[in-house]
Amino acid sequence: MTEKENKEMEERRLKAQRARNIAIGLILLALVVVFYLATVLKFGPQILTNRPL
Amino acid sequence: MAFANDETIVESYAGASLAMPRDYFELLKPRVMSLVVFTAIAGMLVAPGDINPFLAVIAIACIAIGGGASGALNMWYDSDIDARMSRTAKRPIPSGRVTRQEALSFGLVLSFLSIFVLGVLVNWLAAALLAFTIFFYVVVYTMYLKRSTPQNIVIGGLAGALPPMISWAAVTGEVSVESALLVAIIFMWTPPHFWALALFKAGDYGRVGVPMLPNVAGNRSTQNHILAYALLLAPLGVSPFFLGFAGPAYGAVAAVMGAAFVWFAFRCWQMPSDDQKMVQAKKLFGFSILYLFTLFGMLIIQALVLKFTGYAI
Repeated sequence: MTEKENKEMEERRLKAQRARNIAIGLILLALVVVFYLATVLKFGPQILTNRPL
Repeated sequence: MAFANDETIVESYAGASLAMPRDYFELLKPRVMSLVVFTAIAGMLVAPGDINPFLAVIAIACIAIGGGASGALNMWYDSDIDARMSRTAKRPIPSGRVTRQEALSFGLVLSFLSIFVLGVLVNWLAAALLAFTIFFYVVVYTMYLKRSTPQNIVIGGLAGALPPMISWAAVTGEVSVESALLVAIIFMWTPPHFWALALFKAGDYGRVGVPMLPNVAGNRSTQNHILAYALLLAPLGVSPFFLGFAGPAYGAVAAVMGAAFVWFAFRCWQMPSDDQKMVQAKKLFGFSILYLFTLFGMLIIQALVLKFTGYAI
């Protein structure tokens, strides 16, 4: 593999890795939101008042 | 470094993956997932009782992701034969975009995640049914039945049939005769649907040694089987109306579509078994998809009409 091909491949690797990182980040964010909303939903809004349920 | 062909991406570069998110999404078999989502929504809407809309969306998403995960695990296990079949050669693993190890990890993580979230946020019966579905599709169907018996898709079809029962369980916390009937409709629909495909893809299956019915018993026997299943499916499709959990509009549409299914199966049965073009088998395959979407679409429509207008159609 020539140096130019190596460089192109490295760019593609970085691009793919960046895209995967963004996708994983978005999925984790979605999970956080889902669990936050589901917790409020299942326990009721009083969970937000910082008092014993 | 392995090249699948001139145009596809190399599977790895110095041990690092070049897979993009869309390649992983493709592992989920989006088209199969759409059918899973559709039938699961129907089961959820027809089920008696209420579920919080947010939890309903979570439940459907978990069922979709669990179904997708089993698709990824299926592609992991079947990558050897996928590479040699025209229908599957462009999938992410045979085309070199995703490695087998990546597909395995992806499938396992999503399986665990979907079951866990469904159990914690909705209920554990639905989660157990989802776990059973994934196990049945991956271990029983993919790893055993598919390569060992021509009845592979008859038994294995159970996995694809279960989503409405899972969503029903998500709403009610139990399983019932009605949800079993929805499962039975998809279960009975699966063999003629796949055998129609197998008729015009027999060369593919034969080449990789998967014992589909046309390769083992011949086209004539397959055509007989298709007609027999169509005759059983047509009345089964109408039975939700007779059992009282679907209205007359559904009953009428299901009866017409069932009759049309039998007609297409009959035309396929009339086809010479050595037909080269297999036009009637292709027509039956196409119609079978329309049939299932129409029946479950009617269940969704009648449930929404009842919910928002109070009218039972």
